[in-house]
Amino acid sequence: MLVERKSEPLLEFRQIDKTFHSGTVSELKLFDHFDLSVPQGRFVCIIGSNGSGKTTLLNLLCGGETPDAGNIFLGGREITREPEHVRSRRIGRVFQDPSLGTCPQLTILENLSLADRKGKRYGLSRGVSRKKIDEYRSRLELLKLGLEDQLDLPVANLSGGQRQALALLICTMTPIDLLILDEHTAALDPSSSENVMELTRRFVREKRLTALMVTHNLRFALAYGDRLVMMHRGKAVLDVCDGEKNALKIHDLTERFNEISVEDGNDV
Amino acid sequence: MALDVFLGLLTGVLQEGFVYGIMALGIYVTYQVLNFPDLSVEGTFPLGSCVAGVMIASGLNPWLACMAAFACGAAAGGVTGLLHVKLHITDLLSGILVMTALWSVNLAVTSGSAVTPFYNQPTIYTSGPAALISDSHNSLRALVVAFISCLFVKLLLDEYLKTKSGLLLRAAGNNPRYVVSLGKDPGNMKILGLMLGNGLAALSGCILCQREESADIYSGTGMIVLGLAAVIVGVNIFSGIRFLRSTTAVILGAVLYRGVLVAALQMGLPTNYMKLLMAVLLTVVLVAYKTVPTGRRKKHVSRTEV
Ligand SMILES: Nc1ncnc2c1ncn2[C@@H]1O[C@H](COP(=O)(O)OP(=O)(O)O)[C@@H](O)[C@H]1O
Ligand SMILES: [Mg+2]
Repeated sequence: MLVERKSEPLLEFRQIDKTFHSGTVSELKLFDHFDLSVPQGRFVCIIGSNGSGKTTLLNLLCGGETPDAGNIFLGGREITREPEHVRSRRIGRVFQDPSLGTCPQLTILENLSLADRKGKRYGLSRGVSRKKIDEYRSRLELLKLGLEDQLDLPVANLSGGQRQALALLICTMTPIDLLILDEHTAALDPSSSENVMELTRRFVREKRLTALMVTHNLRFALAYGDRLVMMHRGKAVLDVCDGEKNALKIHDLTERFNEISVEDGNDV
Repeated sequence: MALDVFLGLLTGVLQEGFVYGIMALGIYVTYQVLNFPDLSVEGTFPLGSCVAGVMIASGLNPWLACMAAFACGAAAGGVTGLLHVKLHITDLLSGILVMTALWSVNLAVTSGSAVTPFYNQPTIYTSGPAALISDSHNSLRALVVAFISCLFVKLLLDEYLKTKSGLLLRAAGNNPRYVVSLGKDPGNMKILGLMLGNGLAALSGCILCQREESADIYSGTGMIVLGLAAVIVGVNIFSGIRFLRSTTAVILGAVLYRGVLVAALQMGLPTNYMKLLMAVLLTVVLVAYKTVPTGRRKKHVSRTEV
């Protein structure tokens, strides 16, 4: 695959500090001069034990949290203090909770129509344009879940796997700079997980997206993406890409995890 | 004779039910669509009355008064929204603050009088298209005016909820995170919805007081209870009927609630106990429908419904 590697990374965390409960006994200095940069077109898998800072990292990026110090750049523009909804215009995100990525009460068609306007004005014109239905149908066919025949069904009636697939479709429908997947298969049964992961791979490839995927599934972390980052206590303790990543085995990762757990004083 | 009395009562119930139905539609927008328990309605309903009363008393066009009432209600609802969204005051408190402040505002509007009469001035019940029906059919005429006003508001609201802005409003109530991911601020949609809901409440107050030809600053008491009962009864009882939109169900809920109150008064309940009965009825409704799981609740508006 031809990916243009610009000298400037698409995404950059620069010298990020983040402390929770600062000034109290439970003070937790999670990130201390944290750096991470992701070039255009990379598909990065992020793994790490609970509490290692994966979710906080995504929250800093999407605007749910603000760093105490440091800067975040996306596409050459600083976004450190941009409001969450403004950043969202350039970012697509699929959450762990399948009910968050779509609007349950609205129908599939209404959800798609809303998503189609992302970043534009939501005025008094018809919410659902009939002219676009064929286009939406053919997009839904890509999911191979039969959703194209259920356009008028409220999304609340769909299964978790169907919703995640739809959420994935929705957030890649309009042009985005970055796709964020926050344990988006964790709430699904094994076969839906596989299906959603395959779709993820396809969308990322076809739309040449830059993606950041947090996962607890080590197999997925090895099988997908072209870079792997392991987090521990707010640091990237392992960061490999391409050939080096392909050479990794599950066994290597579990061993790293065990070393970390021992450092933390946990029983393995 | 008994039939005459019954028909008279029925006309009255329907007429008032439709007028209160407009306010119930406002509460439907804030409570059901936006998921926002908005108490400012108790202040915006009489605000609509007072604005209309003062305008009509000074000889202004009653239709203009309706528009002004809507605008004033919307402005007050906007304040509730700003308090909640920008100053992060809880939804209930924001409503209470605005409701309390409106008491003084309403008095300022009426220059300090609790009741503003405007007898024999043209109202929407007597002038314009309503004049086509003769004075001898007074109460029927009032019913027709109330029905058409309510229907007009309902159809407009249905249409609005189908626009892009309307869909986004529904999404803001259902899943604010989704609105954020679409690049919009759900807070702004909340403010918009509160403006719409309180605009409708004020419009309802304005239309109600024109029937009585006097605006009463106390008329807001109990409006939340009435509106909530209409919404909950409407959405739950009538949701079993296919092809019936939630907005229609809410109006039927308002009529039904009004009917039960009038029936109780007819059966000898002293007027002083009216608000008590209103509260008891809502309590019954709340308890009766608490068990309905949200998944079974009626979805909002779909194309095939009335
Ligand atoms: N909003 C918050 N307030 C206080 N502590 C937090 C907050 N968010 C995260 N933390 C703490 O930061 C650490 C990292 O959390 P998180 O980023 O959720 O880890 P992960 O997603 O890798 O499991 C945890 O110890 C957690 O308790
Ligand atoms: Mg997490």
